Amino acid sequence: MISPGRAELTVTDNVPFGETGQRSLHALTLEHPGWSEWHPGQFVMLRPKSWGQDMTWARPLSICRVTPRGLVLFFQVVGRGTERMARLRAGDRVILWGPLGTGFAVEARTPTLLLAGGIGIAPFAGYTDVHPEPARLSMLFGHSLPSSCYPTDALARRIGLERFRERSPEDLPRFQDMVKKHMKDCVERNGLALACGPMPFLRFIWRYALEIGLRTQLSLEQRMACGVGACLGCVSVTSRHWADPEKAGLPVQTCTSGPVFWAADLDLDARIAQGGAA
Amino acid sequence: MMDLSVTLSGGLRPLKLKNPVLSASGTFGYGEEFAPYGDITRLGAVIVKGLSLRPRMGNPLPRVAETPCGMLNAVGLQNDGVEAFLTRKLPRLPWREVPVIANIYAASTDEFGELAGILSHEEGVAALEVNISCPNVHEGGVLFGQNPVMAARVVEAVKARAGNKPVMVKLSPNVTDIAEIARAAEDAGADALSCINTVTGMAVDLASRRPLLANVVGGLSGPAIKPVALRCVWQVCRAVGIPVIGVGGVASARDALEFLLVGAHAVQVGTAGFSDPAAIFRVVDELPGLCADLGIDSLDGFRGSLRL
Repeated sequence: MISPGRAELTVTDNVPFGETGQRSLHALTLEHPGWSEWHPGQFVMLRPKSWGQDMTWARPLSICRVTPRGLVLFFQVVGRGTERMARLRAGDRVILWGPLGTGFAVEARTPTLLLAGGIGIAPFAGYTDVHPEPARLSMLFGHSLPSSCYPTDALARRIGLERFRERSPEDLPRFQDMVKKHMKDCVERNGLALACGPMPFLRFIWRYALEIGLRTQLSLEQRMACGVGACLGCVSVTSRHWADPEKAGLPVQTCTSGPVFWAADLDLDARIAQGGAA
Repeated sequence: MMDLSVTLSGGLRPLKLKNPVLSASGTFGYGEEFAPYGDITRLGAVIVKGLSLRPRMGNPLPRVAETPCGMLNAVGLQNDGVEAFLTRKLPRLPWREVPVIANIYAASTDEFGELAGILSHEEGVAALEVNISCPNVHEGGVLFGQNPVMAARVVEAVKARAGNKPVMVKLSPNVTDIAEIARAAEDAGADALSCINTVTGMAVDLASRRPLLANVVGGLSGPAIKPVALRCVWQVCRAVGIPVIGVGGVASARDALEFLLVGAHAVQVGTAGFSDPAAIFRVVDELPGLCADLGIDSLDGFRGSLRL
C-alpha cells in the first residue's frame, strides 16, 4: 500500500487537444509531486487554489503519466469544475492529494488487452510507460470526438492500437461487437483485459467478462467528494467473490477499494448502484 | 502558548478536550482515512461516521452532488453496524490520545437505548452523539428531531443506558423553532448539543430533467449553510445552559471563532475536509495565532462575547 500525501503544486502547462471548436480535452502538467512510488490506474484529487469556497470538491483525475518533468493529467471539460480547470495557466497553484486507490495489474508475460472509452484512455499512457513488455499490450479505443482530440500518437508508436469512432448511437452495436471479439481473442490466449471509460461501457465489459470467464479489471468512474473513503458518495457493491467475506455483497468505497476492481469482485447490478438521477 | 482546552461536560461524565476542534460525523470516516494528511491526535475529538445497531446499505447512487459553496448528500447512513465498528475500527483509532465520540442512529427509542448500552461499556468511546436529525433516512432520523416530545424520549432512552458516557445531541435546522427542541433535549438530560445537521435541499439537471440525487432530496452542507448554523447556535445558546458545539461550514480558524463568539464551546469541521483533507488540522494550527491577532487571551472569556 502506497501512502498518499498532500501537496501544493504549480501548473507548468495546460494544452488543449484537437481542432479549434472541439477542444474539450486537455493535458494538464504539474510540477513533480515528489512521489517515491505510484501505480498506473491510481488517481489524484485536484483543486485549484483559485476556487475559493465556491467549488466545494476537488476533482478526481486518473494519473496519465509521471515523467521526470512532472505529473501529467488528462481531463475532459464536462461541467463547471473542469471548465474552470481548462483555464489554468502555467504558474497557477493547485492542491493535490494522492496517489490514491488501487492500480491495474501489471503481468509481464500475459497478453493484455486495454479497453479504453473516450477520456478513459488517460491511465493507459502511464500503463504502457511502466509495463516491462509493451509488445504484449494491445488496445481497442472507442471514442466519439475526432481522434486528434486524444493523446494517442505516443501510444500508437508503442502498442497495437485499434480505433473506433462512434459518430451516432447506431454505431454502438458495431463497437460492442468489436469489444466482444477482442475479449474473446484475449480469453483464448489466457490473457488479461483492463478497461477504463464511461459506466455503460464498463457495465457491458463487466457482463461479457463474467460470461466468458476473462480475467478483467475495471477502473470505475463515480461521483466523488473526498477521494479518501470518508464521504461514501462513490461506493460500489461487491459480489460474493470479494476477498473480505464480511464486506461481500456490501458497498465499498470506489476511491479506496478501487477505482480498479476485478470484474468478478463487483455486482454492478446491485440495487443501490442503479441510480435514478442525472 | 494559549490554553485552548475546553470542557464539554463535567462531574461524573467528564469530557475535556485539548482544543475546540472536532471532526463532524459522516465527513471523517473512522479517523484513519485522514491520518495521511495530519496528526489526528492533535484534534479536540474525532466523531466517527454514524453507527446503527445493524449494518445499513445506504441509499442508491448518486448520493452526493456539488452545489455552490456546498454539497448535498443523501448517503442514508451506510455503515457496517456497531459490532464491526467495535471489532474492526475502534481498535485502530488512537483513542487514548484523542477522545473518540460515537455518533449513533436508530429507528426507534428502544434501539437507541440498546446502542447506548453496547457503547457504554467501551473504554475507547469517550462520549455519544445522538443523531436525531438525519434527513436522509425514512425511519426515525429527523422525525425524532422535529418534535420536542420525541426528541426528549430518545435522549432519555440513551441516557438511561449510557452509563457514565456524556451524551451529545445533534439537532436539525429543519424545524420551526430549534430552541424548543434544544430545551427538550436539555431537560431530558443531554450533556451537550451539536448544532446543526444538514439543511434539507435539492438540485436538478435541466437537460435530463432529473434530480442530481437518486433520493431526490438530501442534506446541504459546507460554507453555504454557515449563516444558518450561526443563527441556530446563537438561538440555542440563549435557550439552554449546556455547552453547544457549532457545526456547519467551518473551514478556517476564523469560522471557528465566529461560532465561539455567538456562544459555542467548540466546533466541528466537516465538508471543508473534502475541499482539502488538511483543512481540520489547519484550523487547529491557526487558532492560537488568530486568537493572538484578535487579542483573545482566553476562550472562556471570549465565548459568547458578541456585542449587540
